[in-house]
Order: sequence, then structure tokens, then C-alpha cells
Amino acid sequence: MKQYIDTGKKDTRSGFGAGLYEAGKADSRVMALTADLIGSLKMDAFAKDFPERYVECGIGEANMVGVAAGLAIAGKIPFIGSFAEFMSGRVYDQVRQEVSYGNTNVKIAASHAGLTVGEDGATHQTMEDIALMRALPGMVVICPCDYNQTKAATIAAAQYDGPVYLRFGRPGVPNFTPEDQNFEIGKAILLNEGKDVTVFATGHLVWEALQAAQALEAEGISVEVIDIATIKPLDEAAVVASARKTGAVVCAEEHNMAGGLGELVAGVLAAQAPTPMEYVNGADLFGQSGTPAQLMKAYGLDCEGVVKAVKRVLARK
Amino acid sequence: MDSKKQTQFATMAAQARRDIVRMVGAVQSGHPGGSLSSTDFLTVLFSDVLRQSASTFTRDAKGADAFILSAGHITPIYYSLLSLNGYIERDELATFRKFGTRLQGHPCIHGGVKGITQVSGSLGQGLSCAAGLALAKKLDKEDRKVYVLVGDGESEEGQIWEAGIFAAHHQLDNLIAMTDWNGQQIDGPVEQVGGMGDLKAKWEAFGWNVVVCEDGHDYAQICTAFDAAAAASGKGKPVMILFKTDMGHGIDFMAGTHKWHGKAPSAEQVEQALAQLPETEYGDFKF
Repeated sequence: MKQYIDTGKKDTRSGFGAGLYEAGKADSRVMALTADLIGSLKMDAFAKDFPERYVECGIGEANMVGVAAGLAIAGKIPFIGSFAEFMSGRVYDQVRQEVSYGNTNVKIAASHAGLTVGEDGATHQTMEDIALMRALPGMVVICPCDYNQTKAATIAAAQYDGPVYLRFGRPGVPNFTPEDQNFEIGKAILLNEGKDVTVFATGHLVWEALQAAQALEAEGISVEVIDIATIKPLDEAAVVASARKTGAVVCAEEHNMAGGLGELVAGVLAAQAPTPMEYVNGADLFGQSGTPAQLMKAYGLDCEGVVKAVKRVLARK
Repeated sequence: MDSKKQTQFATMAAQARRDIVRMVGAVQSGHPGGSLSSTDFLTVLFSDVLRQSASTFTRDAKGADAFILSAGHITPIYYSLLSLNGYIERDELATFRKFGTRLQGHPCIHGGVKGITQVSGSLGQGLSCAAGLALAKKLDKEDRKVYVLVGDGESEEGQIWEAGIFAAHHQLDNLIAMTDWNGQQIDGPVEQVGGMGDLKAKWEAFGWNVVVCEDGHDYAQICTAFDAAAAASGKGKPVMILFKTDMGHGIDFMAGTHKWHGKAPSAEQVEQALAQLPETEYGDFKF
């Protein structure tokens, strides 16, 4: 199979910070707003070099969403950043009205998504945000998998005209996609061609899916791995074509079942190409404190979890 | 103030009140109470204060003052004033709240209605958006103001006070907020339902310059309040004008009670209301 090399662990939020800086350098309309989390969101470099375009909002996420909408109406390109839970669940109504319904060009930077927030525990570990955000008409939902892809996705989000929810995480994870890649919103990324089963993965689970594919290859199972970096709009053509080709599908994500990638793909395939499916996700649970690795293992959101799901689905093929 | 202006305001406001009653009556839904309490100061705002023209209106408010209606339910007065000031045709008011209309129950931007800068309806959000617009004008060094209307009941929403802190902290002295202090909300008098207390002291404590208009139905006092607000702006603090008003003002059976917040008059009550409001040179819109 195609080999991917981890060039060293880096956090996706730093990829966001780097992309934000590049976007801000390229376009003076780009602004950065945060609610008392400049360090967590890696906005420091942007704030240092573009101080007049950096706005500290204090701990008032709801107000920050509205301020960003006002800035966007006036022609700015504001990125608002906080933990994913506070950029989705806490401000759902504000995002719905001021950003989605109001069709304002606001970019929502949702960091520390999923279980990998780690020790902070369940209050900070949103496993529901993809569901909330993809339910909003017109909202683009992007969930990149590593540092390089997050940087590229941030630049693409700045260039795209319309609301974007950009989801990324806290811990260092393998950085393996090309440096300075061009990120195309709405396009699934084929990472490995296979013939027996397809794994559609998003975010931190993409690397785990590649590791699983490698392990399964040794057992003679050929796994196609597709990175669903854009959850909405979903690249339906790519999903349907691969499912038809392999005849078995696994969806892997750091998110609960309800409204996640798995349900999304299941809906598309049920209508266009019914295929046996298995899921790697957080089921219907809250997280808890622990290290990211402990939590991902405990909830089965790792290489081993993907391997097991592949075997389950192949047994049904 | 000169009597000519006084007459102009009174005429436009009388027509607006006729519009409100006929619009809400026609579809048997909508919000007459708060529309009537804010009619007089919004008439002055639209016809004499806002540096914005219907013909050059763009959503981004470049080079113009901006207006945001945070209390999105009072669309009857908003749409009426847009029609009376040339933003939309008078007869479009007949489509209010009807299927396919641009004049949705709460303001929306999708029909490209001139004069609407942002959607609203879910309360408590417009002040934040106005703060963002004001911040953008400062960054762009545009010497223009942003006006926003909130309700006193709406001010029970926590986000209003988040925005209050933000606007003061960022010294948005080109932001002029207005409160329709009518003392009523859906479930009853504000002091019985939410207990807002002394709004003047609250806004001052939040670091705002506050102007109180004791009679928000008296044009001389309204003009004085807008002048005072303009004078208070540009001095490092956002400005709040508290207009003391009566819900349902101008129609005897609707005045001074929460009961007409979101209730439509019957056909008979529409006639009863119209009998109290003079016909004007603008003429009633046609169904």
C-alpha cells in the first residue's frame, strides 16, 4: 500500500494558527477573534503582527458570534475561535441566526474537538458538534486530519465566501499529508486504493485508518482509505463510487453516532448504493478525564478499533 | 423645534400606526404593541437622523450609518417606515407575513429588502452585531454611526450584557443603542416578569453614556435625545438612549398593557383603531 510518513507529531490547532497567519498576511480583510483563548487557538503570531485585526472578546462567546457577523457584513473575514463545544453547542442559536440564516462570511475555528481534549473531561469534549453544525443550511463543515491539512484548510476557508465550521484538535498527532498542499473544499481525498473494503475517516481517525490498512494488508485484506476532510458538502460521488467498488464500508470519526460522518455516509449509501457498514465512533456517550491515547483506546477510536470494524463488516459482505 | 418638522413627524407616525394595524389585522398575526411604542422615535430616526439613503443602500453600510433591529418582532413599524422612506414600495406592505413575501414575520435578508442589514428574531443578538459593524467602521476610519434598537424585555437576555461589556471595553463610541423602555413584555409588566430595575444605572455601570428621553412620544424630546446622543458619541464610550414609551401608544384600547404585544386586532378592532388615527397624504397601502 501507499506509504505515509509521520514527519513528527504536531497539533492541528497549530496548523490553524499557521494557516490563519498566512491568510491574514495575504488578505487584510482577515481578522481573528477569540474569547479568552488566544494561546489555545494559536492566534499569538497573528495578534503580534496584525494587532489591529485581532479582537479579544473576553469570555462571551455568544457576543463574539454576533460581533463577527457585524464585521462580516461590513466586508471583513472574521475567524472566531474557542473550544469546539463553545463554538457549537454553547452558541448554536447565535450561529444559526447571525451566521447561517444571516449568511455572513464568518469562519468558526473550533479547536479542542472530541475526546482528545483529554484531562479536561466531558464538559469540554464535544462529540456532538458535527451533528449540530451540519444541520445548519449553508454551513460548510471541515474536519482536517493533521497539521499540514489544517493549515491548508484554514487558508481555503478564508478564500471561500460563506460560513465555515472548521473543526480541529488539541494534542500532537502524526503530520503526514503534504506540506503546502492545496485544500479543495468538498473534495474527498483518496489516500490508499484498496479493493476489499473502504474506510471513510475524518480528523484524527484518518491516521488510525491508515495504520489499520497497513496491519490488514499483512493479513491479505486490501483497504481503501478515504479522508473525508470536508463533511459538508460531502463528496457523495466519491463515497458512492468507492462503496460500489469495495462493497463494504467503515466510517471512523471522533464524534458520536448521532449526526456524525457515519450517519451521513449511511444516508447517502442507503439511497444510492446500499452497502454493509460498520462504525467507529463514540456511540451515544459522554467522555471522561484521561490522556488522549487512553481515551481513544477506551472508546475504540484507534487503529485497533478500525481493524475490528473492518473484520466485522467483511464478515457481512 | 420648528412646527413644520413636528408636523412631518406626526404625519409619518400617524401613517405608520395605520399601517401597523392594517398589516397585523390582515394576517391576524404580528406584534402591534412594541411597534406602536417605538413608532415615534423610529420615525424621527429614519426621517431625520440616520445618514443612510434608500437609493444607495447596501447591506455592508459602507459610507453610511447602519441600523439593526435587534427586537426583530416589531417588523410592522420597521417595514412601514421602510416604505414611508422610500426603501420599498408602499403596497408591498400588503404581503406582510404572507407565503412568499420578502417581509417575513421577522426580518430576513434573503429577499434583498433595502434597509435590512441583518436578520433578527431570536432576541438579544442585535447589539453584538451592531458592535461588530461599529468596530468595522472604526477599523476602516469611517465617520459613520451604527444604531440598534433593543427592547427592555429583550434586555433580560444575557448576551445584551456581554455586548454591553464588549462595546465599552473596545470604546465603540460610534455605537448608539436605543431601548424601547415600554415596561411591558409578553407575560406582563417587565417589573413583574423579569425585573430589569434601573436601566440607566445598569448601562452607566457598564461604562456607557446614557441619555434618557422621558417621553418617547414627544418629538421635541426625541430630537433632543438624538442630539444629546450625537454629542455624547465620539467620546470613548458607546451611547444608550432610553426612550420611555407606552406599549400600544396611539390606540386607546391597546395602550399601556402587555396584552397587545403579539396579538392581532379583529376586523372590527382595526376599524376602531383607524378611527383614532388621521388619514395622511401618504395614503394607506393597498391590498
